[in-house]
Amino acid sequence: MDYLGIIQILDSSLRLATPLLLACLAGLFSERAGIFDIGLEGKMLASAFMSAAVASFTGDVWLGLLAGIAASLVLALIHGVASITFRGNQLISGVAINFLASGLTVVIGEAWFSLGGRTPQLEGPARFQEITLPFANAIRDVPYLGPIYADLLSGHSILVYVALALVPLSWWVLFRTRFGLRLRAVGENPAAVDTAGVSVVGLRYAAVMICGVLCGVAGAYLATALSAGFVKEMSAGRGFIALAALIFAKWRPWYALGATLLFGLLEALGNRFQSLDLFGIPIPTQFMQALPYILTVVILAGFVGKAIPPRAGGEPYVKER
Amino acid sequence: MNDALPKWADIVLLPLINLLLALIVSGLVVALIGKNPFEALYILVNGSVGSAYGWGYTLFYATNFIFTGLGVAVAFHARMFNIGGEGQAALGGLGVALVALAIDWPHWALALPAAVVGGALFGAAWAAIPAYLQAKRGSHIVITTIMFNFIASALMVYLLANVLKVPGSASPETARFVEGARLPNAYDVLPWLGFSRSTPLNISFFVAIVACVAVYFLIWRTRLGYEIRSFGKSEPGAVYAGISPIRITMIAMLISGGLCGLMAVNATMGEAERLVLDPVQGAGFVGIAVALMGRSHPVGVFIAALLFGALYQGGAELTFEMNGMTREMILVIQALVILFTGALDNMVRAPLEAIFLSRRRPTPPVPTTPLEPGGHPEKGKVEP
Repeated sequence: MDYLGIIQILDSSLRLATPLLLACLAGLFSERAGIFDIGLEGKMLASAFMSAAVASFTGDVWLGLLAGIAASLVLALIHGVASITFRGNQLISGVAINFLASGLTVVIGEAWFSLGGRTPQLEGPARFQEITLPFANAIRDVPYLGPIYADLLSGHSILVYVALALVPLSWWVLFRTRFGLRLRAVGENPAAVDTAGVSVVGLRYAAVMICGVLCGVAGAYLATALSAGFVKEMSAGRGFIALAALIFAKWRPWYALGATLLFGLLEALGNRFQSLDLFGIPIPTQFMQALPYILTVVILAGFVGKAIPPRAGGEPYVKER
Repeated sequence: MNDALPKWADIVLLPLINLLLALIVSGLVVALIGKNPFEALYILVNGSVGSAYGWGYTLFYATNFIFTGLGVAVAFHARMFNIGGEGQAALGGLGVALVALAIDWPHWALALPAAVVGGALFGAAWAAIPAYLQAKRGSHIVITTIMFNFIASALMVYLLANVLKVPGSASPETARFVEGARLPNAYDVLPWLGFSRSTPLNISFFVAIVACVAVYFLIWRTRLGYEIRSFGKSEPGAVYAGISPIRITMIAMLISGGLCGLMAVNATMGEAERLVLDPVQGAGFVGIAVALMGRSHPVGVFIAALLFGALYQGGAELTFEMNGMTREMILVIQALVILFTGALDNMVRAPLEAIFLSRRRPTPPVPTTPLEPGGHPEKGKVEP
C-alpha cells in the first residue's frame, strides 16, 4: 500500500470514528455522573431517523440536526426519569430504550414514507456537505504534509470538526469547571455532594441531558453526513462499541479520542479489505465485519490495563432521612 | 424487600398494571401513525387466540420465549444481565443441526434428547466466554454478550454460506433433517384438538414445561440454586458464606446460555427442520421482557411467554391485515413492557404501596406488651 492509500484509510477512519467519539463523550458525561447508559445506541438511532426525516421534509439539514437532538433528548429524559427519579435499574432502562428506538424508527418511518423503514435519499442542503479547509488545494502538492492536510484533515463535514473540538471542551468542562467537579463527584460519592448542599438529582439530570444532546449529534451525523438518509438499524452496535471505547479510555476525554480513532481505523480496514489473504489463508468477509466486535471484547477483557469505573456508577441515590 | 404490598399485589396486580400501561402507550403509538388502536387490538387478539391456527403459532412462539425467558431469569437470579440470548440461541441452532445431521436417526425419541444436549451445550459454550471474562477479568457482561450476538450472527452467516449449505444450492441453509429427526407436531400428538397438519407447535412445548419445572427445582430446591440466589442478593455475603463468585458466575451463565440454546430445538428441529439463517428471530431479546414480567419465576415466565407468544403471532397477523403496519410494532410493545415492568417499576409501586398502606390504617396493630423501661420486651427471652 502506498502513501496515498494509507492517507485514504486514515481519512475514512476519521469519518467512521466521529459517531463513536460523539457517543463516547456522551457516555462519558453520563457515566461520570454515575448513570450507566446502555441506551446510547437507541438514542443515536432515534436521532438518525428524526434528523433524516426532518431534513427530507424541510430540505434543511440544520433543522434535521435539531430534530435529531430533540428525539435523542426525549429518550434521555425517559432514561433520567426511570433511573434518577424512580431509581429503576439503569441497564434495564437502557435496554428498553434501545428496543424502543429500533421499533419506533421503523414503525413511524413506514407510516411516513412507506419505504420499508428507510427515509428518502437526502440530497444537497438536506445533507451536511464536506468542508474544504483554507489553502487545502494550494498545498496539496507539498510532499507528505500536503496530502495530510488536504485529504486527511480537510474535506469532512462540520460535525467531524465539532466532534474533535468537543474533546478539549469536554476535558475543560469536566476537569476545570465547578460544574465538572461536582459532576464527577456525584459519580463517585453522591452523598458528599448532597451534604455540600448541591442537588444530586439536578446534576445527574444535567449529565443525562448532555448525553442526550451528544448522542443526538452522533445520530444526525450517521444519517445526514456519513450516509444520505436513514436505514433501519443503521447504528449497527456503534453505541455499544462507544461504551467499550469509554472503558478502554478509562472515562477520560483525550483517551476517548484515541480509543474511538482505533475503532474507526478497524472499521475502515474492514471496509477496505473485504477479503484478505493472510499468509495464504483466506480471511472470510464475515470475519472482517465482526472484527470491531471481536476487538471490543478483547479490549474489555482488560488486556490493556485495569479500568476503574466511577464508584457510584449504576447506583440510584437515596437521600438519607 | 418491604411488606407494604400483599404478595398477590406484588406478583399479579403490579405486573398487570405495568402491562396495561405499556399497552396504552402502544395504543397511543398506533393512533399516532393514524391507525385505529382498538381495531389493532382486535386483530391482535383474534389472530393469536381466535383460532386453532392462531393458537398453534402462539404456543410455538411461547415455547421459544419460555426457553429464553428461563435463561435470562436464571442469570437474573445471580444478578447478571444476559443480553446474549440471541447469539446463544443461534449457536444452539448450530448444535441442534449438527446433532440432527450427524447420523441417520431412527426415531425422534432418540434424536430429541441428543438435540437437547447439543443445543444446550452449544448455547452454554457461547455464554462461556463472556461469563469467564466477567468472572475473571470483570468485563461487563452486558457489553460482551451484546458483542457476542454480533459475532454469532457473522459466524452463522459464514458457516451457512460456506460450510453447512448443501453443495450446489444457493440458499444459505443446511440439508433437510432426516425423517427420524423430525419432531411430531400438535397434529400428530393431539389430532382431536383441531390443529392443522402444518402447525408449528410441536413436542418441544413439553420440553419447555419440563424446563420450567427443572428451573424451579434448581433455583429453590437445590444447594446450587441457593448459592446462585445468595450471590445475586449480596456478593460480599455470598463470599463470606464460602460461595465462590467465579464458580457461581460461570455456572449461572452456562445454565442461562444452555437454556437459550434449547430454544433452537423448537425453532430448528420442530419447525424449520433444517438450519436456516437467523432461526432465533429476536427470541433472545424477548426473553428479557419475559423474565422481567415473570419476576424471574418459572410460573411467571411461562405466563409471560404465553402473552408474548400471542403478541408475536397477533403482531404477524397485524402486519398482514393492517396496511402500513410493520412487524417492528411488536418491538415497540416489547420495549414498553421492559420499560414499565423493569425500569419504571417504582413509578407504579410507590403509589400502590401508599394505597395499600392507607387501607390498612383503620386497624392499627395494638401493641400487646408495653415497652419496659430501658429495654425491648423480647430482650429477656433471647438471653436466658
